[in-house]
Amino acid sequence: MTYSYYPGCTLKTKAKDLDLYARKSAEALGVTLEEIEEWQCCGGVYPQAKDEIATKLSSVRTLNSAKEKGQDLITVCSACHHVLKRVNNDMKTDEDICLRANNYLQLDEEYKGETNVIHYLEMLRDVVGFDKIKEKVVNPLTGKKIAAYYGCLLLRPSSEMMFDNAENPTIIEEFIKAIGGTPVVYPFRNECCGGYITLEDKELASKNSNKVLASAEGKGAEMVITACPLCMYNLQNNGTEHDLPVVYFTEILAEALGVK
Amino acid sequence: MSLSINYKAEAENILKISGVNPKKCMKCGKCSGACPAYDSMEYHPHQFVSMVQDGDLEKLMKSDAVFKCLSCFACIERCPRSVAPGKLVEAVRLAVIRKQGMNRLKPEDIPCMLEEELPQQAIVSAFRKYSK
Repeated sequence: MTYSYYPGCTLKTKAKDLDLYARKSAEALGVTLEEIEEWQCCGGVYPQAKDEIATKLSSVRTLNSAKEKGQDLITVCSACHHVLKRVNNDMKTDEDICLRANNYLQLDEEYKGETNVIHYLEMLRDVVGFDKIKEKVVNPLTGKKIAAYYGCLLLRPSSEMMFDNAENPTIIEEFIKAIGGTPVVYPFRNECCGGYITLEDKELASKNSNKVLASAEGKGAEMVITACPLCMYNLQNNGTEHDLPVVYFTEILAEALGVK
Repeated sequence: MSLSINYKAEAENILKISGVNPKKCMKCGKCSGACPAYDSMEYHPHQFVSMVQDGDLEKLMKSDAVFKCLSCFACIERCPRSVAPGKLVEAVRLAVIRKQGMNRLKPEDIPCMLEEELPQQAIVSAFRKYSK
């Protein structure tokens, strides 16, 4: 199983662990990740306006690179996944955006949303299979109460992301079970940490992050896991009323597989 | 110096680039109930819908409310009529920051905001949201 892989800017800098353990775990599970050459930053947020074309082009270049290699595209960062998946959806379904993006890019062959964009967790669930992962676990996280923090970007809008049930998701809880842990379901697992607002209104980011952590702690969580570097930052640095450790899901996967 | 703004034309363009039809709104308020930035916004998501529909753009464009949206898509996901208020908030914000000299975040603002653990993702996202 070989995939095109898009790490994104933050996985090369502040979130190196998210990237490193994704690669190590994939190798242990027999999945080959080939990093897209000369990829560019996705921009971090999906430009929602219908007349935003230039801000979508870097994503189209990435999507087209995977198409040229004939591979599905795997992402790990929630934000990159969100942006790439939704731009891909635009290229597939919005004739005007597709036409204008192609006019600008002048690719050898027009890009029309052919690439399949898959989040790493979807690969674990749908390609490898959680049962198979269970068999490969050498250090199960037995008895560890782990809270999955989905946040916003993996789930919403569900009509485009098609990741899981947006209000009652189960994929990360199933992942936690596969590596031997005990999932903790809590009310705020799909509520926003504040995201980029930390640069505009730190108090708001702090309020939201503390609510998420209080909710997880209230249900007995000993640890929170995430797929997003900005969620990680907000929960750790703006959720200052709580001491709950926050780790990347790839790190505990690597630990369970014995490749950390 | 302030240039006169044609708010009627702004409203038309906002409807066009957002793709939102505010007439579908049945005023249930679920968008504002779901909004995690509600307390920080001068005008709330359901008000964006009715105010754009009424052409009441000046208040919205002069309010910091446009900069408080977290783009969490909760209002879009939970709207029972698929109105997508969040797309409207984004379009109003674009109407503001696309004007010359209206960038909310400037490169020279960044150095004093940097912290050791602040991810690049936060900076690129904020530039996309607050500047053109």
